[in-house]
Amino acid sequence: MSRHPTTVIVGASIGAVRTAQALRAEGYAGEIVLVGGEAALPYDKPPLSKAFLAGTVTHADITLLDDTTAAVAGIQLRLGRAATGLDLAGRSVELADGARLGFDELVIATGARARPSPWGERPGVHTVRTAADAVALREDLARGGPLVIVGAGFIGAEIAATATAMGTGEVTLVDPVAVPLSRVLNPAVAERFGRLHTDRGVRTRFGVGVTGIEGRGSGLRVVLADGTELPAATVVVGIGSVPNDEWLRGSGLTIEDGVVCDRFSQAAEHVHAVGDVARWFHPRHRRLVRAEHWTNAVEQANQVAHHIVHPGDPRTHEPVEYVWSDQYDWKIQLAGRTGGDLGHVVVPGADPERTFAVLYADPGGDFAGAVTVNWPRALITSRKALTARATFESVRETLTAQAMSVPMKGGTR
Amino acid sequence: MAVVKADLAACQGYANCVVAADDTFDIDDDGIVVLLKGRIPESDRARVEEAARSCPVSALVVVDDGEAE
Repeated sequence: MSRHPTTVIVGASIGAVRTAQALRAEGYAGEIVLVGGEAALPYDKPPLSKAFLAGTVTHADITLLDDTTAAVAGIQLRLGRAATGLDLAGRSVELADGARLGFDELVIATGARARPSPWGERPGVHTVRTAADAVALREDLARGGPLVIVGAGFIGAEIAATATAMGTGEVTLVDPVAVPLSRVLNPAVAERFGRLHTDRGVRTRFGVGVTGIEGRGSGLRVVLADGTELPAATVVVGIGSVPNDEWLRGSGLTIEDGVVCDRFSQAAEHVHAVGDVARWFHPRHRRLVRAEHWTNAVEQANQVAHHIVHPGDPRTHEPVEYVWSDQYDWKIQLAGRTGGDLGHVVVPGADPERTFAVLYADPGGDFAGAVTVNWPRALITSRKALTARATFESVRETLTAQAMSVPMKGGTR
Repeated sequence: MAVVKADLAACQGYANCVVAADDTFDIDDDGIVVLLKGRIPESDRARVEEAARSCPVSALVVVDDGEAE
């Protein structure tokens, strides 16, 4: 007895859902089964540190795929049971309840989870990666009292901004590095983003590590390396994430901080990976890359879906990196490679206090990437320039001209 | 023919649509999407739908011409 060709997608976040949708858009006629460990309908994660945390949008607002939409698109949802194993030779996935799902094509999109607190887990200490995490944090914030956030990356900085807007109490942002966002920004630029927090009343303790979290109930204490104890009713630990790849150990796939894939996002014949869990060979950078970015997951979903439907005509996955972060009323957007030891130039926008772009050049002088703040047009110019491999000087000239052509807010338009 | 509809209130200026299909979408100085084409020929529909799926706030939909709101 023959069955229809079947693609099993393991995961239920943006990469998984977009793969299913892109398969249909590409004309895939087989079965599509989407497997998720959480019982909730697939949902989008960027709002978890912003509007969903604040409570201004609901679960329905962040749902990526509801039962009706899934049924219309012919996407079977198998939610509430995580995948626990892969039989590569037998082409099947094992679920937590022991069920086996056969596949012709497998898409691994299990994402990443928050790196757990190295200072122990106790009530009032949160990580934020799922909707349930965000609801639990929201409930604790609603009780009021001081909030201490450990880790000034995107998640930590966004939660600081959201909690400040919620007005739940004093907010302190702690990071062992002297500036926030140190993974993506060089210190001279990152310092400006540190001031963004202090200008809004957030206390920052940068350049000092955390040695422990003590206390109980709403009487928590975050102990710093210099001996300072920060009282906290609620603590958020935002120190990165780890890929959800354990279920694939022993399967025969190469697992090294993610599922190792070739330039076509393929981990083995008929096995693909998408999103945060994928570590693929980026042809432009000529090395394995794992990207925890929303846009990367969507672009990789499109590329993998194309590969499944047109196996003889695969495209490589070589995206220009793009990530955004909304903090307070600032819209921060990064494209390409930024920070590190790249040279940089700041291009002031129409209102230099809150509108600017930082352009980065690699050692050869080529345009490598950009950070733009409250300047969407500069972001578009930079992303297009990166795709077209335009020169650093041409980007700089274009943005300088754009800055002069934009009237100031409140001026005549 | 198909048409693109944009939710201007939802748009946050992430610009993924412009990068995916800059003949169809642009962003103005306030960071709000501008539709450059009223109608999308069927031959272009898949590409524009892909651009719509790349919107982080799902502000874009492609519907059949004449379809009710």
